[in-house]
Amino acid sequence: MKKGLFIVVLAGLFVLLVSSILKMPSLGSVDNPSYNETATYYLENSVEEAHAPNVIAAIITDYRAFDTLGETTVLFTSIAAVISVLSINHQDKKKGGDING
Amino acid sequence: MDDIIVKTITRLIVPFIQVYGIFVILHGHISPGGGFSGGAVLGSSMILFTLSFGLPMASRKIPHKVTSILETSGILWYIIIGLAGIYLGGKFLVNKEAGFFMGQAGELISAGIIPLLTLGIGIKVASTMITLFHTIIEED
Repeated sequence: MKKGLFIVVLAGLFVLLVSSILKMPSLGSVDNPSYNETATYYLENSVEEAHAPNVIAAIITDYRAFDTLGETTVLFTSIAAVISVLSINHQDKKKGGDING
Repeated sequence: MDDIIVKTITRLIVPFIQVYGIFVILHGHISPGGGFSGGAVLGSSMILFTLSFGLPMASRKIPHKVTSILETSGILWYIIIGLAGIYLGGKFLVNKEAGFFMGQAGELISAGIIPLLTLGIGIKVASTMITLFHTIIEED
């Protein structure tokens, strides 16, 4: 009884997801909703406003500079976490070796 | 790795990789590339050096202290440039309205804060890669 309910619910979810995938716009098409006026604005105005021929650099370090600051913060946080975990392990191993040895 | 062929080729090729990485970082606002890709090239050159010459030699070239200072100064440089925008009368991380030197589009010294921020990101990414690699292989 419970198993049948699970199967029905999962089948419904499967149909829902597959139908939503089929409704998605095709990859790389010009008519995609992501190619809206924002992309056109960047392409047309980045040279005058940021004086950078590389539009991607203009976007990530001028229009979206705060987002890039967040990205660098993510890098910083990840390296701090990795170093704290690994160096604690290192000291524990040394101390443990002394106690056990 | 104790192999004379690998060591010689590494010694020959590492300066060229680093020059290419610096080129990609400094031309981030003109040509394809930028802080993240140029920093990755720089960091991987030091990873190649560490793999072929061993960790003690690489730690002598770039000690942990130096990489951690570069690590912190990269992000602080980014924030200081952002605050300079406020000081010059704009918003945080503003470029043209704050009156940074814009120059002619397509030249090396132009585009206001974009090359400065790209430099900071490049230093940050390179030191992150080097620090991660050195920390992880230190455990063995």
